[in-house]
Amino acid sequence: MSERASVPKEDEDAESETEQEPVTTGAQSVIRALENAGTDYVFGVQGGAIMPVYDALYDSDINHVTMAHEQGASHAADAYGIVTGDPGVCFATSGPGATNLVTGIADANMDSDPVIALTGQVPTEFVGNDAFQETDTVGITQPITKESYFAADSDTVGDNVSEAFALADAGRQGPTLVDLPKDVTQGETEVEPGKPETPDTYDVPEEADDANVQEAAEALSEADRPVILSGGGVIKANASSALREFAKEYEIPVITTMPGIGSFPEDHELSLEWAGMHGTGYANMAITNTDCMLAIGTRFDDRLTGGVDSFAPDADIIHVDIDPAEISKNIYADYPLIGDAREVLRQLFDAMPRAPDADEWREQCQEWKSEYPMTYEMPEDEPLKPQYVVETFSDLTPDDTIVCTGVGQHQMWASQFWEYTEPRTWVSSHGLGTMGYGVPAAIGAKLAAPDQEVVCFDGDGSFLMTVQGLSVAVREQLDITYVVLNNEAVGMVRQWQDGFYEGRRMASEYPWIPQFDKLAEAFGARGFTLESYENVEETIQEARDYDGPSVIDAHIDPGENVFPMVPSGGDNGLFALEEDHLDQL
Amino acid sequence: MPGPAPDERMRPKGRRNTQGIRVDPEAEVTHEPRQAVLSALVKHRPGVLSEVSALFSRRQFNIESLTVGPTVDEDTARMTILIEEPEPGIDQAKKQLRKLVPVVSVRELEGESVRRELALVKVSGEKPDDVNAVADMYDGQAVDASTDSVTVEITGSKQKIDAAVEAFKQFDVQEIVRTGAAALERGPKTLEKDV
Repeated sequence: MSERASVPKEDEDAESETEQEPVTTGAQSVIRALENAGTDYVFGVQGGAIMPVYDALYDSDINHVTMAHEQGASHAADAYGIVTGDPGVCFATSGPGATNLVTGIADANMDSDPVIALTGQVPTEFVGNDAFQETDTVGITQPITKESYFAADSDTVGDNVSEAFALADAGRQGPTLVDLPKDVTQGETEVEPGKPETPDTYDVPEEADDANVQEAAEALSEADRPVILSGGGVIKANASSALREFAKEYEIPVITTMPGIGSFPEDHELSLEWAGMHGTGYANMAITNTDCMLAIGTRFDDRLTGGVDSFAPDADIIHVDIDPAEISKNIYADYPLIGDAREVLRQLFDAMPRAPDADEWREQCQEWKSEYPMTYEMPEDEPLKPQYVVETFSDLTPDDTIVCTGVGQHQMWASQFWEYTEPRTWVSSHGLGTMGYGVPAAIGAKLAAPDQEVVCFDGDGSFLMTVQGLSVAVREQLDITYVVLNNEAVGMVRQWQDGFYEGRRMASEYPWIPQFDKLAEAFGARGFTLESYENVEETIQEARDYDGPSVIDAHIDPGENVFPMVPSGGDNGLFALEEDHLDQL
Repeated sequence: MPGPAPDERMRPKGRRNTQGIRVDPEAEVTHEPRQAVLSALVKHRPGVLSEVSALFSRRQFNIESLTVGPTVDEDTARMTILIEEPEPGIDQAKKQLRKLVPVVSVRELEGESVRRELALVKVSGEKPDDVNAVADMYDGQAVDASTDSVTVEITGSKQKIDAAVEAFKQFDVQEIVRTGAAALERGPKTLEKDV
């Protein structure tokens, strides 16, 4: 029933319950709360104010992964959360430790990834005095979490952590934080933490209203040009199987959002892959011309919709979401269905009076597929094309291979030219667009799914932002293949400068970039270089065969840009296939 | 990449407005802002006020006043928030507010709800009798007096207080403080959990 990667935790729970020593401090209660919630891994960095918590961790079976930087801890926890479906946990100390976590917390918040962050804080009596390494962590993180808790008492700190854990996982997943003053964690208590339960003010909808479901099903069955838009919420709700059954039964073409990649197999004929700024031509044609869209678990981000005036302007929108605040936030929902994606898909499946009569539309979609194929040119005498590297790698690996990325052009190529068929195999930073996400995310992903192959595509700019994480991958002996699609530039910025700023390449070219193969070796990883088409497959195989982290520094055509492209705020149906089209829009 | 250029493609007929609502392609459609009174029960604990005010600020909801105070239940406080937004913005504000974990329930109070505001106005003490006369006109009263100043308290609707403040201007207003609106629904209706 679960589509989550298997993590053997239930047995451990049973064992630990019999062996548990009573807690004596707040810190022990914190760790006990994590143990009770089934935590296997914590990603973190030590520091003064969090030391009592680490001291309590000394006696726990929970594995701690010491990261090289707190940003990496929050990204690794985020990726762990994406791959397992359960909250990833990260630790940091007060002040700079906590502020370094912030990027990863904001990232998790934008992508609804379940993460719990525990931060040290100066002792309560110093709070507000601008003490050493004090910062208002709750104040800073309140807007980017589902809730940030300030632990006030040793007796209740365990409950705070239990509740934060439950809240991160419940309903629309997301990050939570508990700020832990040192006196509270050091303080004596015999109070065991309560069960992980969400606060009583937090409602989690399950089934949608039956009458609404009925109306939506009627509308969908009467559509001439129906599509399903499958968002990240489908994966989060473990609804990919339900989606597949529904789409196949009623023969409705499926478009995904970027976070929804993997919710529907891209090799199925109903798949149009993903829509939006750099989505496929066929997905963008279908999403523009549909007359009824079943949108599930998506927040209609601007990178998906382009300008809202031209977004699916002929379509009735059936919007399934577990978060009522997403309904009609960006795109008006004609049929709002508030509930859990898997439950609502089951309700819709039963409520559909018939399949829509859409033979012509499906033919049209197939025609668009042949009109706008995802192809690229690769003249042999020119530098290596990044798309070729991605495609070759995709062909060599099993379906359940997990792909992580940084943010930029390489991320787009990795999403366009890799074939995704399984949920929780695409691990990326979407909403926040965090350069540097890739290196630590791959660490979290590999620990979450040790039996699955993990590849991380990164860009030279993105890789350099968190490259210190390689030391962690080496120390933990993680079998990850990093591929740096190196064009000696922050390529997406350079692409925009060429397209929209008259080619004025201010601060976007990185000719000073290091030799990543040698850098990898310096960290103790294996390093490879690719300069041409000659040995792409062999190099990839060699890197895959190496039992540990490896880095392929792939020197790609610096002139290559990402297409199709819908300019920011543009009309999805008018995507550009080449540079010249941008001038016409 | 191959494929027909942008101007050679199938095109949809419709259009949406900036709120993502489908509209007649020929018509100009705007949603005019209106004033709404939101009443929210929240958990009475530190940080709630900053959480609510930060929400309104970061989502750019146009907030006119926000008051907060205790209720009969000591664990719960009530916030009264006046916002001015087009209809979709009001709907969004309610939903975002409800989403905050310490918020127990949210309701928009109907137009005829009872709304009161309090103002303290400190004016010059040169003509105390005239000040008292104006205060009387607005059912107000002097609550403090010195040789140089008189402070008057006025309670009532926003319009009434606006008018009173205008009238006091003749006495050289030195300082004004206003509470913002507190509001309750008329009749037996109360704000229960989740509405």
